[in-house]
Formats: sequence, structure tokens, C-alpha cells
Amino acid sequence: MNTSRVFVFKQLKSLLRVKCSSAAPSNDLRRLTSTPGSCPKVCVVGGGPAGFYTAQHLLKAHPAVQVDIYERLPIPFGLVRFGVAPDHPEVKNVINTFTQTAQHERCSFHGNVNVGKDVSVQELQQAYHAVVLSYGAEGNRSLGVPGENLSGVYSAKDFVGWYNGLPSNKDLKADLRSETAVILGQGNVALDVARILLSPLDILKKTDITQPALEALAASRVRRVLIVGRRGPLQVACTIKELREMVNLPGTKPEMVTAEFQGIAEALKDLPRPRKRLTELMLKAAQGSCEGGGAEKRWGFRFLRSPVEILPAPDVSRAAGIRLGINRLEGSGEGARAVPTGEVEDVECGLIISSIGYQSLPIDPAVPFDPRKAIIPNRMGRVQEAAGLYCSGWVKRGPTGVIATTMNDSFDTARSLIQDMETGELDISTAKMGSQAVAPLLLKRGVSPVSFSDWEKIDTEEMKRGKAAGKPREKMLDVAEMLKAAHA
Amino acid sequence: MSVAPAIHRLSSASKVLIRSISAHNSLKTFSLTGHRDQACIRSRQFSCYTRPLRSENKVTVHFINRDGEKMTVKGSPGDSLLDVVIDQNLDFDGFGACEGTLACSTCHLIFEEEVYKQLGPITDEEMDMLDLAYGLTDTSRLGCQICLTKSLEGMTARVPESVTDIRQPDMGTTSSS
Repeated sequence: MNTSRVFVFKQLKSLLRVKCSSAAPSNDLRRLTSTPGSCPKVCVVGGGPAGFYTAQHLLKAHPAVQVDIYERLPIPFGLVRFGVAPDHPEVKNVINTFTQTAQHERCSFHGNVNVGKDVSVQELQQAYHAVVLSYGAEGNRSLGVPGENLSGVYSAKDFVGWYNGLPSNKDLKADLRSETAVILGQGNVALDVARILLSPLDILKKTDITQPALEALAASRVRRVLIVGRRGPLQVACTIKELREMVNLPGTKPEMVTAEFQGIAEALKDLPRPRKRLTELMLKAAQGSCEGGGAEKRWGFRFLRSPVEILPAPDVSRAAGIRLGINRLEGSGEGARAVPTGEVEDVECGLIISSIGYQSLPIDPAVPFDPRKAIIPNRMGRVQEAAGLYCSGWVKRGPTGVIATTMNDSFDTARSLIQDMETGELDISTAKMGSQAVAPLLLKRGVSPVSFSDWEKIDTEEMKRGKAAGKPREKMLDVAEMLKAAHA
Repeated sequence: MSVAPAIHRLSSASKVLIRSISAHNSLKTFSLTGHRDQACIRSRQFSCYTRPLRSENKVTVHFINRDGEKMTVKGSPGDSLLDVVIDQNLDFDGFGACEGTLACSTCHLIFEEEVYKQLGPITDEEMDMLDLAYGLTDTSRLGCQICLTKSLEGMTARVPESVTDIRQPDMGTTSSS
């Protein structure tokens, strides 16, 4: 019949092309092109969105490639689980796609494996034809000001990790006794933190926010949140959806400084639509024309302010305030620069959250790393001067963008890899052992990997506990507990 | 057989009504069901409640993919364009990542001027996400929010290029702020 010929033709076409736009069953073509033992084997380091999207694309584009995903935690999904705010469950729908990928017959997930410590990248390169580094950005960008290490000062990454149940942030003791909180940075992460600090408990208690965080927020005395940026209203990095959520947050009212919006209304007409709508909404909030029931909680932007020093309380152990340098703007638009004027102002506050960006760290001596840009040097996902090494996601292009940005970026890396397989740039002629070579190493080193079906046991248990509490899930906070549930 | 689809339609319509009321109160209901229930919140409020049964009521639509290839498929009135893409197994890379819940812009589609004008009102929520789409045009909409009606018979929607189709030789500069 015509259809099977069309299918096979489409598959041949897709093998020859970099960009693959047709799906077809893999069985037909395996008979035609692959011999047993000659499947290309790819290892992906990192089980977050970048890792999963890279795997997804590889599996679709090549009918025989085997993809193994290694993840340091026992559980997958990275920032989708630990970064996306608890009150944004729709954003987490991508987990369904990742689950499909993990359950693909040519894909396997290996959790609880620390690449760089339990197994080296060199050992992975011996076992696989290609290694894709998708391990993200687990470090913080430091403020670089005195007082940064006082109690009451947190990075947004750690604060978010704490309310989202990241095991390494389990013991963050969030001090929420202060009436005023200052967040440094005006991106979406900053707005997420502000929103979680001020959200009514009735909303939060129905989300997958962790129990300790819920209890801490229930006892919180924070009533006023200032979101501080070094440039002006036209340079905020957040997007309109998050701003609208703040404007509409029940029980809160915007509190801005109208003087900081001088000249902004006039600039509106020349702005591209996305920036224009965002700025219009901000202006509306600043003019106090937004509805908000019960104004006991307030939030607002403060512009043209950079942190200079975090001021200690008299007992010197914790933060009591922040000294902000006042800036002026040079230039305009996205390229405008903040220039210090020399003037400062002090704000009394006991909670300071620095939301100025995440940062990647080097994983292994075998992997080149650019310490200035804090990324792996690469061209279109091919690691420079390292054959057989690729990268995708934040470790490739820096820690910005939403999940869809990472998705497109990962597809890009996968395309480069596929292209290299087709041109011979990547040698796939020698058979490689893949996970069969890695498993004995892990066993010898006392590492017990967690499979995807092991994760599903953890998943089921979390959802069961959540149901009892009226939440979608009650996250486990402790690696030991996760491993116990995984190997039950 | 004629009763069951009508009942199904009524119950999904009432789910939609509840969801649209909640949306006005700024409370989010969680997506426990699939993409189909989440799509077309506004449009379904005003559409007919009985589901047509016969195939003459199908609507033909064309999609142009990122390679410029034209695909012709049929959908039912009330289906969103995302529903159609998924049901017809149209293979657009990364399309509909958030499953129709207005949490991404990956179902971004570009329409012809005359068709665009017929597409019905756009909500703030849709525009907020559309604002993030790469290659935004004056006739862009999110496919998960566009519901098929008979008047859209024969329309064409183009899947725009995604960010990475612009090749940059040196990727990986962190954004400065």
C-alpha cells in the first residue's frame, strides 16, 4: 500500500536532513539501516528540561539512538520541580512530555548519580559515542557587598529552592520576622518571591509548596515587599503575566514612587507592543488605579537603586537594613546603563533576597569552562575543542529564559549532534557499551541509581501524602527518604 | 448514541463556565484534565452546546509547517487548533508545551489578515503569553485559544520559525541587565 512507502520515504528523508519534521515508527527503518550493536549511544548529564528536551529530539530524529539521562538527585525534572512557583502548576505540564520521553524504549533515566564525582566525564566518553552536558546553573551570582553573609540575607535561588523542597535548601531558616522585605532584581524570579511572600495562605495551602515553608509563611510578619532594580521602569526584566499576578494579588496594594515614573508615559508610544503593555500596566499600578481589597500588605518597585552595603543590627549577627546607591540612567531602552551618582539612601529591613541571577559551575576537568561568562564554551551546542561533547540549556547559553527557550535551545543542540552523526564528524562506527560500562563502576563505588520506575514510586507516595493534605503532592525533602521510597 | 455526546458537551461546558467565573475572580483552578478542557475558555462559553455528529460538520483547515509544507486536515467545530494539531498528529517540534493552559507561547500561529479579523476577541491572558512569542506579527494568535467554527472553513495557519532558526555562531552570552 502507498502509505508504508510514504512512511519509509519520510524516514529516509529525515535521516538525510538536519531538521526532522515527520514522525514514523522506528521499527521499519531499524531493519533497513542498523545492524545489531551499532546503535549510537548518547549520554545526557542533567535530568531537567534541557536534558529531557535534548533526549526527546534525539530519539525522534534518529531511529536507533539510545539515550541515557544521568541526574544527581534521585528525582528528575530539575527547575520544573524546584524553580517553577507552586502556584504555577500549568507551567509544570511539560512533565508529561518528559515522562513520555523517559518511558521511551530507547531512553533510560539514572537518578542519584553524581557526574564528576561518582563517574567522570572521561569515563562517560569511553562508554558513549557522545555526551551532552545539560546540568544547568546551581551556583549564585554574588552581590559583592559587605554584609552579604548576615543572617536574613538569602539568594532567590536558595529561597525558591527552600519553598520548593530542594533537598540542599532544606535547612534554610527563613527569617520572616521583619515587616519589610527587599528583593534585589526585577526579573520573574523576583516577582515569584514577592508573590509567595504576600500570597494569602488559602491559596498557598492548596499548592505543592512544602509544609515547612507553609508554616513559616503562616507565621510571617512580612507586610511590605520592595522589588529593587538598578535601572528604570523601561528596563524591568519581568514579564507582564507575573506583573499582572502581583497587581491582582488579593489582600495587597501597589505602593510605588510616582516620581520614578517621570517621562515614562510619554515614552510609551514608541515602544514595541510587549514592552508597551508591560509599562502601561506598571503605570496603572503606580497611579494607584488598581483594585485591591484590604490593603494590609503592600508591594512596589523601586528604581535606579543598587546595593552598596547590608547593614547589621546592633548585635551584628543579622541584617537590619540595606544601603542603596542611587543611580542615573545613561542611554535608553534595553541598552541603558546605570551610573552611580554617589548618593545613597538607607532602607530598614530584616529580609533581603538577592535575585540577580543563577550561575553555572564547572563539573569536571575534562570539560572546558569559561569562568568569566560561567558557561561551557560552545558553537551551536558543540563544546569547543572537545570532540564528542555537547551542551544544552543554561550551561550552554547562560541562566535566562523560560522553559520554551530551553526547549528550542535543546532541539538545536540535538540537531547539531544528529548532523555530526550523519556527516561522520562524530564517529559512531565503533560499538559502545553505554550504561553497561557505567553500571559496574557505580556498583563498585557504592552508588545505587534510581530508575524512572523507582521515581514513579516516589511520585505516587508524594501524591498520596498530598491528597491527605488537600495538595497535589507533599514533596519529600530529604534524599535519604527519597532513596528509601525508591528502593522499597 | 445521540444523547451521550450532548451530555458530554453540557458537562464540559459547565466546567468551562466554572473555570471562567474563577478566572474573573483571579483564582486559578488546577488543570487536572487534559488540554481539551482548558482550551477555548471564552469561545466555548458562547458556542452551541450540542456536538455535531455527522462528518459534513467537519471544518477543513490548512497548516504550513516550518519547512513550508502545507498540511490539510479536518477538525470539528469547537475544537481548538491545538486540539487539531494533536489529534491529527501534525508533527510541529515543541508545539503546545503547556497543553493549552496559557502558560507558554509555543502554539503561536500566524493567520491571513481576513481570517484573523474573524477570530474573535483576545483576552489579556492570551495577549500576555503571545507577547513572549518569537516572530510576533499583527495577525498572530495562540492556537490553543482559537476554536474552529464553520466560518473558518478552508483557512490557513502558518507555524512560525522558532528562536533557534536564527543561527548565531557564538551562543552563550549571559544577558546583561
